Amino acid sequence: MAEFDYKLVVGLEIHVHLAARTKMFCGCEMAYGEQANTRVCPVCIGMPGVLPVMNRTAYEYAVLTALALNCQVASFTKWDRKSYYYPDLPKNYQISQYDLPLGGPGYIEIPLESGRTKKVRITRAHLEEDAGKNIHTLGNFSAVDLNRAGAPLLEIVTEPDMNSPQEVGALARELQRIVRYLGVSEADMQKGHMRFEPNINLHITRDGQLHKTPISEVKNLNSFRAIERSVAFEAQRQLNDFRETGRTLKMGNKRTYGWDDVNQRTVLQREKEEAHDYRYFPEPDLVPVEMSADWLAEIRARLCELPLTMQSRFAVEYGLSDYDAGVLTADRATAELFDRAVKAGADAKRVCNLLTQTGLKIANEKGCTVGQLGVDAESLARLAAMADGGEISATAATAIFVEMIAAGGRPEDVAQRLNLIQKSDAGEIEAMVDEAIAANPEAVAEVTSGGKKSKKSLGFLMGQVMQKSKGQANPKVVADILNQKLGL
Amino acid sequence: MTMDEFTARQLRDEIAAGRLKSVDVVQSLFARIDRVEPVVGAYLSLFKNEALAAAEEVDRKVARGGAVGLLAGVPVAIKDNMCTQVGATTCASKILANFHSPYDAHVVERLKAADAVIVGKTNMDEFAMGSSTENSGLKQTVNPWDAARVPGGSSGGSAAATAARLCYAALGSDTGGSIRQPAAFCGVVGLKPTYGRVSRYGLVAYGSSLDQIGPLTVDVADAALMLGVIAGHDPRDSTSVDERTAPVCDYLARLDEPPAGLRIAIVPEFNAAADIDTRNAIDEALEVYRRQGVELIEVSMPNFQYAVAVYYVIATAEASSNLARYDGVHYGHRSAEACDLVEVYSKSRAEGFGDEVKRRIMLGTFALSSGYYDAYYLRALKVRNLIRGDFMSAFEKADCIVMPVSPTTAFKIGEKTADPLQMYMADIYTIAANLSGVPGISIPCGFDTRGLPIGLQIMTPAFTEEKLLRIGRMFEKHTEWHKRKPEA
Ligand SMILES: [Zn+2]
Repeated sequence: MAEFDYKLVVGLEIHVHLAARTKMFCGCEMAYGEQANTRVCPVCIGMPGVLPVMNRTAYEYAVLTALALNCQVASFTKWDRKSYYYPDLPKNYQISQYDLPLGGPGYIEIPLESGRTKKVRITRAHLEEDAGKNIHTLGNFSAVDLNRAGAPLLEIVTEPDMNSPQEVGALARELQRIVRYLGVSEADMQKGHMRFEPNINLHITRDGQLHKTPISEVKNLNSFRAIERSVAFEAQRQLNDFRETGRTLKMGNKRTYGWDDVNQRTVLQREKEEAHDYRYFPEPDLVPVEMSADWLAEIRARLCELPLTMQSRFAVEYGLSDYDAGVLTADRATAELFDRAVKAGADAKRVCNLLTQTGLKIANEKGCTVGQLGVDAESLARLAAMADGGEISATAATAIFVEMIAAGGRPEDVAQRLNLIQKSDAGEIEAMVDEAIAANPEAVAEVTSGGKKSKKSLGFLMGQVMQKSKGQANPKVVADILNQKLGL
Repeated sequence: MTMDEFTARQLRDEIAAGRLKSVDVVQSLFARIDRVEPVVGAYLSLFKNEALAAAEEVDRKVARGGAVGLLAGVPVAIKDNMCTQVGATTCASKILANFHSPYDAHVVERLKAADAVIVGKTNMDEFAMGSSTENSGLKQTVNPWDAARVPGGSSGGSAAATAARLCYAALGSDTGGSIRQPAAFCGVVGLKPTYGRVSRYGLVAYGSSLDQIGPLTVDVADAALMLGVIAGHDPRDSTSVDERTAPVCDYLARLDEPPAGLRIAIVPEFNAAADIDTRNAIDEALEVYRRQGVELIEVSMPNFQYAVAVYYVIATAEASSNLARYDGVHYGHRSAEACDLVEVYSKSRAEGFGDEVKRRIMLGTFALSSGYYDAYYLRALKVRNLIRGDFMSAFEKADCIVMPVSPTTAFKIGEKTADPLQMYMADIYTIAANLSGVPGISIPCGFDTRGLPIGLQIMTPAFTEEKLLRIGRMFEKHTEWHKRKPEA
């Protein structure tokens, strides 16, 4: 950019559906894709006379997430009513947390393409109930499905610390990985378990002066691709707009956009952020939540090693590539399977190869994760040890792994069953070597002469021995004996 | 003694002993209702068939010699803001005129479990907003002592039904005096328990932090009986107190035992503000206590004077939010004229709500609006705490506080409807108990020169209903006021 320098500035507002069994303030079990209005009760449809009761599990999930995001966890929070009229909001107010969110300032560490990491500050995290869903496919009428109404929703707000579409995408992916590791959300983007709303503008330096472009908020993004592309699109659009009009940020000129996935562009929804008065006030039907030190400690004890920490540990301690470490830490079960197998004595690279090549391929076919393939860490460690010790060949190890996934069983038993145990008995192999030498004097001569074809001929002799053993001789032992016999 | 001279307690004992059949009681009661109700207009709905069926069931239980509940076979009435699966639950509002609740309120479950027979649902000021039952959107109820006068409100139907012996006991709700004031106007006993003593689950909310359900009965013993049935923790109401903090006791066990060394606090200037007949009746009532060796202590409650103002900020703010759900979208009245979503909201609400409800929704919406919140709602909360402080310091000096229930006896229908402020001031003595959460009782203590009943109000510290009832009983035992009945 010759005419001026600019920096992209993005903050995120994120909604995460917590995977508690029941809704935030009633006993309705949550489910996706059920027939409309079958997961409802008087409380979540806002009947007269009903009262909310806080879902303690959902609250703990939210606190656990806040802890993982290094947030200060409030020792005292309360609930507030946020008022607005919308058909999918049965009470016409949403129970939320206004001035006392359960999570205060924190940060999330995200991986960058350079292999380094970056800290993005978290402003706050609070719990609220989700609204239902309006359905506009019925011609003259609209309908409302309240199955989702009252679902526990964690809202996370970041500071505007991201400076590229890739960073925004990285944060989204990292957060997905974290909440899945914690087991607090399925975080399925397609099911709308996570929704992202980036706030985007540019800080432009021209002639030594800083100009900030008007902020755009893109609503309700639920794919990583859409997040990155919408941010990139907005950056370019704002840049063009500044070139043409010189428009800069003033009070209240934040605009709201939607993402048009078909045409890959943002679409203006509201010119000016409406001066919305939500008339917040403390929810009188709920008592404040006091987080005792004991309760907090109990929740903190449920924290696990976070994915990014694990990923860099795998790279540093186990010498894996960044890519492999990333693949193995995509989900917690896989990462822990790998980690436990290595800690049980297996060679990290060998386990890594088994998991990231064979395992990942089968997992993708099955539509599950590697960790869900049904092979335990101890069996995996023994399988790797068998290959390392020469009991089986590398090819056989793969075949045994495939069979363990398909039919189960201990690696030793599977190897026996498939007849893949290598013969390492020196006497037996020596006999076969002697036979091969005796039967192929030309090749032997070629090898001992050290001529052009000696390497090829040695290979031929190896092949003869392997053939005699029906492929079960340990190639290393065969080579040793052959070399010795031929005086090499 | 004829059937309608029994108290609820006496009637229950007769039925439980098999000396009276509940079916006969119900038959005779409905015969009386047929005669008297057209004049009084206490009920919005009557459940004769269901009542007879319930009565038969109780009679069968008694005949089998099985155990029966504390209200076995006793016909009771329920204010129409408590949800019942039988019939409609209207809150005396056009907007809910055809609303049928899918569930029973907690108190209704308790009454049924105690084998009570539910007679019907009583008239009230719309959504419990009023002091005369003139704000009912559905019906006019008159005072059984003078058909030209109001029964008080908002539980006017329950008070009139109890006074006219159209039931043996009734439930009302009290947000700013709505049990005690109509009890005083109709010459019956009205008890507002401590906030949190009785579950609000199924009580259609008006001012959530003030609402409390309580009984209207012919004497203090019946109030004790009814409270014992409806009090106690309910996990569905987060504000209902748990049994460990404030156990429910047998309120009848020591009812006739006067508390030892009783000290009564009086605020002389409050009594002076009431009309002459009320003043005299209160003085005479205090004399009844003095004669029993009770010490009278003068206290001052400097913040009491702000109670009405504080109440009309807090109650209306909560109401504006609580009533937002009545929007014509999910249930209740929907305007036939509405052409789009905004019209569904605005026209349904304009047609469905009465003037007083609209007035309070607007007041509350204003009080919560951004820019006004601190000046109104927040300040009101602060003054509410000061009023609590007044009670605390009075209770350090005395066991209870005694004052009138209302500055006047029942006024004429239409007398105050043109001047809402004057109507609001009718609640000047009762509102403070709701703001501070303490229990209060209204007991008949005389008649004015026109023959209209006067009520004596007693308030004690939170969760000391047992003592409150014993103090009330001390008065009742030495007077005959509660035995007077209006002419049929
Ligand atoms: Zn529900």
